[in-house]
Amino acid sequence: MQHLSILPILLPLFSGALLLLPPFSKTLKRQRLLAVLSMLLQVVIGFALVASVQFDGVTQYILGDWRPPYGIVLVADPMSSVMVCVTNFLAFGALCYATGYHDRTGGYFYPLFMFQVMGINGAFLTGDVFNLFVFFEVLLIASYALLIHGGGKHKTQATTHYVILNLAGSSVFLFGLGILYGTLGTLNIADMAQKVGDLEGSVAILAKIGALLLMVVFGMKAALLPLHFWLPKTYSSASAPVAAIFAVMTKVGIYSILRIHGVVFGDDAGELANVAQSWLWPLALLTVVIGTIGALASPTLKLLTANLVVLSAGTLMVCAALGNEAATSAALYYMVHSTLVAGGMFLLADMIARQRGKAEDRFVVAKTMDNPIFLGILFAIAAIAVIGMPPFSGFLGKVMILQAAHSTAEQLWVWPILLLSSLGALIALSRAGTTLFWRHSSSKQASDEKQTIHLGEWLGIVLLLGASPLLALFGGPISELTIDAAVFLHDPSLSVDALLTSPLADGGF
Amino acid sequence: MEGIYAFCVGLMTACGIFLTLRGRTFSVVVGLTLLSYAVNLFLFASGRLKLDGAAVLGMSEEYGDPLPQALVLTAIVIGFAMTAFAVILAMRARADLGNDHVDGRIPQTKEQVRQKSGGQR
Repeated sequence: MQHLSILPILLPLFSGALLLLPPFSKTLKRQRLLAVLSMLLQVVIGFALVASVQFDGVTQYILGDWRPPYGIVLVADPMSSVMVCVTNFLAFGALCYATGYHDRTGGYFYPLFMFQVMGINGAFLTGDVFNLFVFFEVLLIASYALLIHGGGKHKTQATTHYVILNLAGSSVFLFGLGILYGTLGTLNIADMAQKVGDLEGSVAILAKIGALLLMVVFGMKAALLPLHFWLPKTYSSASAPVAAIFAVMTKVGIYSILRIHGVVFGDDAGELANVAQSWLWPLALLTVVIGTIGALASPTLKLLTANLVVLSAGTLMVCAALGNEAATSAALYYMVHSTLVAGGMFLLADMIARQRGKAEDRFVVAKTMDNPIFLGILFAIAAIAVIGMPPFSGFLGKVMILQAAHSTAEQLWVWPILLLSSLGALIALSRAGTTLFWRHSSSKQASDEKQTIHLGEWLGIVLLLGASPLLALFGGPISELTIDAAVFLHDPSLSVDALLTSPLADGGF
Repeated sequence: MEGIYAFCVGLMTACGIFLTLRGRTFSVVVGLTLLSYAVNLFLFASGRLKLDGAAVLGMSEEYGDPLPQALVLTAIVIGFAMTAFAVILAMRARADLGNDHVDGRIPQTKEQVRQKSGGQR
């Protein structure tokens, strides 16, 4: 189906708009129904997109039939299709969770959520840099509203920081884009990759400035070290389903770095080859370190999870810095794993917080939970997956990353830091788990009616955390998929030239 | 022309950055606005400055690059919406937090710090 690659953008757009219109806008029940159905359809489309890219090859969707490099294109390649699929799956889980309680805390939750998904999907699928900016803005403005959804002092404070930081970031993004357009004369990613090799002298220096400005922006989205300070507070103050969908937003930044700095400013970029690498190396490793320290110092489960997001972002950056095919493939696998598990952990943290009464998710002695066994098992799965112990997906991901470090110097830096960070996460999470599940106040509590877990919330958490064992179980086919994606990205004849001389472009009209 | 243009964009960017780094939300919003103006001019210049160059073929001797103009238009719209959001958010923060500082709390002045440390001694 030739229009498959634009559906992940159009469907959330239209269902978001529809949710604002009369038959749905009045009652929450109808909104819920439509949102869940639409999201379910999007999950199906996500898987269909992966399958179609896998079997029928890469599709380039040319809007309005303006041939590249002039028009706007969407590129569904192995990497972007996998990320779209993951986003939709995560969004479905978060949406199911939201039906339990969180959609009632304020208005317009579902439309905003749909626009957020649209922005993320668009950022993954787009084939030119300016549209990347536009979709960044779409996902950002939806995220501003979602972050403050529900209200409260903490949220207002966190949102103020988040909005101002991202507005400044958008300005930097546009400066970078302007410089790159001024030097390269094009904004199509494939075309940029082809032209960047010809730059020399002062023009090359200008383009380098542009590339590094973009790196600042993506680094900020992805929580690279000096630009990550906003993340723990923002993520921990967001409501659970919102924090869960935010788990994929850092990945948008990393994906953009892989796309722009891996493909455009990659090995074939002449004077500008691997321009970001020398910066990425130390910053990525330091991000891992700071994420570990943050995780060890966190007083609440939400903050701990947010710091683990920083940790995983650092790990992914290490992959981007390694820059070889194996590393990119490992990055994609780890990206899928860490997105889903982090999302699930945010949901889990919220549920634990709600069952512990006033203590919320702080690591203090409190009353027992109503469903300790169910939540305990899920916490164990999440913890094992995040730490990277066998048998779950985190282990496979970490092994792939460690194997991707080929030279001795790389191994010397990557292995100890990643392994020690795993140890740090192990300590932090086991401390968290023992306090949350095993230490409770002995005082008899008023045994009012037990909280039961809402079906949607149950489904959301189980879906996201259950993905980790599944990722490990189907590790073979999935890693084939990620290797495919890495080969595609690293082979310019596939990811650059083929898209420009486009007989394969069965475009829209 | 290029010199004046570059100077203006640079000055505006510098003012924008300075104001964005201030502590109160109002000046930060003004700073972000200035920054977005500077960005728009900068984007516009990325298609090279040219006199008498219409962006439509056949309307003038030379033609100007239409793409930066389209980009600027998009950037203006987005920047406008974002500024509106930032203003509303700043007002909400003023109401919720009780002051208009970006951090949500009034920073201590040097004197207060000195008094505090003096009191402890």
